[in-house]
Formats: sequence, structure tokens, C-alpha cells
Amino acid sequence: MEMLLNDFSLGLFIMQSIILLVLILLMRKFAWKPILDALQSREEGIQDALDAAENAKLEMQNLNADNEKLLKEARAEREAMLKEAREMKDQIVATAKEEAQEQANKMVAQAKETITSEKNAAMAELKSTVSGLAIEIAEKVVKQELSDKSKQLELVEKSLAEVTLN
Amino acid sequence: MMIAKNSIKLVTTLLIALFSVATFAQHGDNHEEEAHDTHSTVGNPIDTKEEIKAYSEHHLKDSHDFIFYTDAATGEHKGFSLPVIVWTSKGLKTFMSSAFHHNDDGHVIVDKDGVKLTKIHSKIYELDANATEVTFDDKHHATNAHKVLDFSITKTVVGMLLASFLLLLGFTSLARGYKKGAIPTGFARVLEPLVIYVRDDIARPNIGEKKYRKYMGFLLTVFFFIWILNLLGLTPLGFNVTGNIAVTVCLALFTFFIVQFSGNKDYWQHIFWMPGVPVLMKIALIPIEVLGMLTKPFSLLIRLFANITAGHAVVMGLIAVAYTAKQSLGIAGGFGVSFFLTLFISLIEILVAFLQAFIFTMLSSLFIGMAVAEHDEH
Repeated sequence: MEMLLNDFSLGLFIMQSIILLVLILLMRKFAWKPILDALQSREEGIQDALDAAENAKLEMQNLNADNEKLLKEARAEREAMLKEAREMKDQIVATAKEEAQEQANKMVAQAKETITSEKNAAMAELKSTVSGLAIEIAEKVVKQELSDKSKQLELVEKSLAEVTLN
Repeated sequence: MMIAKNSIKLVTTLLIALFSVATFAQHGDNHEEEAHDTHSTVGNPIDTKEEIKAYSEHHLKDSHDFIFYTDAATGEHKGFSLPVIVWTSKGLKTFMSSAFHHNDDGHVIVDKDGVKLTKIHSKIYELDANATEVTFDDKHHATNAHKVLDFSITKTVVGMLLASFLLLLGFTSLARGYKKGAIPTGFARVLEPLVIYVRDDIARPNIGEKKYRKYMGFLLTVFFFIWILNLLGLTPLGFNVTGNIAVTVCLALFTFFIVQFSGNKDYWQHIFWMPGVPVLMKIALIPIEVLGMLTKPFSLLIRLFANITAGHAVVMGLIAVAYTAKQSLGIAGGFGVSFFLTLFISLIEILVAFLQAFIFTMLSSLFIGMAVAEHDEH
């Protein structure tokens, strides 16, 4: 311990203090501050870049999810549209069928009506023609018969035979 | 989890601290043995145990000139002298250390404008006004001279200036590199992870995310300063800066003052009026806590000093094996053993150089963290 104290030089201590103090100040100003600042800004830069990459990845994922969603929606929409179209088609077909049926029914009815009226007219005409013909024949017969007495009697006889009383 | 991690760190640190003190103590014993067992052979090269011990001790001390090599045969020193700046009774005196002619035991007296100065064991002494020669008492203490305030550019100061220069050079270039681009190139690539290491593994976990930034200047500077000086100490230049008690005292005092000045209300309350204990206990705890306040930086300064000094002493001792074991192992054997042992210890010392810088910074940030921590209500 005595040797230690004997070795201690106050002058050297003072020199060392001055050198160390000046060194610390110089190093702080010209070395450590710029170095640490540069390191910090570099580290922050790296961190920012990493964060940005992470964000981009997340955004990408979101975008993908969005795309997926859109695709799904589109598919669903298409599906719905197709379904709607099919329904509409069925409906249209059904309506058309119904209308056609109605139309047909109507036409048939009309045709029936026309047929009936035509038939009636034909009947009427036939009736009048037949009756005219009958009268004519009757006239002719009467004219002939009246000229021959025996014939008249024969005719009466014949007619009478035809008309069987029942 | 965080607490567990911290406590593991603390335990490791304590173990390292204990281990290092143990090494130091052991080394002290070796020294004593060496001192008891002395050879009487006196040769020109440094090869006796006493000479080696003196050489080793001399190396561990600060010196006023920078000697790379001494030619023992001619007594010529290869190196250069450094400026001596001393505050004497007659004001500031400056001259080159060559004026002492490498004399270190007070025989060469430099008369500088009426102030008689001499150097004894790497310390500059001023002789009393009427003395012409230093006289020593039986404990080899000078009786008619006193130490002066020595601001010399000693070897230690040169080391610190060199380390400061290297720090400024390296890290300002790193800082400039960021202006060109966010990714450093070249040597800056080595420095950047170290800065990040100090920030993320030392400062942030101990001080806390919100407050660490303020202390980064001190922590980074101290970490690299200690580390570079520790490594410089392993080079053949022979620096022993962080193994100098004045240097470690200064470093630890910086930590001490930073801790005290950044201490918040909770910190002072825990020292002077511990919450949650009875009043008598509170009073009993004050001296203990105040002592704790002082022992923290003290442990810092002793740990660093002891580790580095021990490392240097061990390396010097192992190099000396080459000379002391010459007779028993032969020249080749002695050099071989010395080489491999020194290589092994040097590798460990490289680890210790980093470890001590790390521990000093780590504990400093831990103490700062304790001072700025926001305590929850107990």
C-alpha cells in the first residue's frame, strides 16, 4: 500500500484527467455523436423498411381476401341471375302456354259457333229446297194424275198402302 | 429473466475480480522468493534475479524518457528523451529529460534557474535550498529533498496521447464514413460492431433504454481508451499506462463523479434514508451505504491496476526465465521454455486486455444504472 501511494503521481493524475476530459469531449463531438446518430437512423431505416414490408404483406393479404370476396360475390350474382332467368323463362313459357290454350279454346268455340250457324243455315236452305222440290213434284204428279182417272186411283191406293196405320 | 441474467453477469464479474486479485497476490509471493534467493554474480547483461526484479519494477513504473533498448556493455541507451515539466518552489520549469543522463538515483542534479532538481526512482525531487547533494536515510528516502508536482510528458502521457490519437483517428474516420453511406467500409467495419457491442451489451441493459444515450460518450471513450492502452502495453514499446495507479484513479474518479452527479432522488434516499426499514436501521445503514459509494470506484481502480500490473510482471518474469534458467536448462531450453510460457501468457493477456476494458465499462454503466434507476414503490 505504501508502495502504491508512493507510486501515485499527482502530476500524472492531473495530466491524465485533462487528457481524458479533452478526449471525451472531442470524441463525443467528432466521433460518438455522428456514429450513434448514423447507427440509430440506420436502425430506424431498417425498422421502417421491415414495417413497410410487413404492411405491404398485410395489404396484399387484404387485397387477396377482397379479390376472393369479390369473386365469390360475382359468382353468387351470376348464379342468382341465372336462376332468375330460368324462372323468368319458365314463367314466360307458362304464360305463353296458357295464352295459347286460351286462344285455341276461343278459336274452337268460335269455330263451333260458326259450324252451328252454318249448319242451321244449311238446314234451313235444305228444308226450303226440299219443300219446293216436294211441291214441284206434287204439282207434277197432280197434273199427271188428274189427267188419268185410273192412275189417280192407283196412286191413292199406293199411298194408302205405304201409309201403314200403326 | 432480466434479473437472473444480470446476476449471472455480476457473479462472473466478481469471480473474475477475485481471480485477478488472487493472481496478483500470488505474484507478490513470487517476488518475495526472488528477493530472498539472490545471486551474487554481477555481469553486464541483466541476468541475476535482483537485476531482473529491478528491471521489471522499473518497467512497471512511469519513466521520463523512452528507452527501447539499453546496451549493457557500453551503458548506452537507445531511445529518446521526453520533456520534463515540473512545478517547483520557483514556478514552472521545463527541460528535456536528457539533462538527467538517464540517472535514476539522485546523483545527477540539474540546476535550473537556481532550482536544484534530481530524479530518484522515476520521481523528480527538488533539493532544499542549501543542499548540493541528496542524502538518504537508512530506508533510502531522501532527507533533504522533496517531490515536486510533475506534469512531465512521461512515457505514460505519451502512451495516453498515442491512444487518444488512435481513438480520434479511428472513430472520426468511422463517423465520416457514415456521410458517404449507411454501411461502413474497410476498417470501420471492424469498429462499428464494437461500438454497437458497447451500446447494446454494456450501456443499454445496465442503464436503461431511456437514459443510456447521455453516458455513451464517456463509456465508449473509456472502453476503447482502456482497451487500446492495455493492448499497447502488450507491445514491445513497453507502455504500462493502465497499470499505473494515477491513471486508474483518474478513470475511476470520472466514474465516481458521473455516478454522483447523475444520482436521482431515489439513489440518495437509498444511501441516506433507506426506505422500508426501521429508523435505527436507517441510521446504521448510512455509513455502510456511504462506504459502498466509495468502494465501488475503489474496486474499479484497484482491479484495473492490479490486473494489468500483474500481467506485465508475469510476462517480464517469464521472459526472464530465459536468462535465469540458462544454467539448468541450457540456452535453447531456457529460451524455449520462456518463449512458450510467455506466448501462452501473452495470449491470455490479450484476453485480459479486452476483459478489463469490458469490466471497467460494464461496472461503470452498472453503477450509473443504479444511480439513475427509477425505483418502484416498495
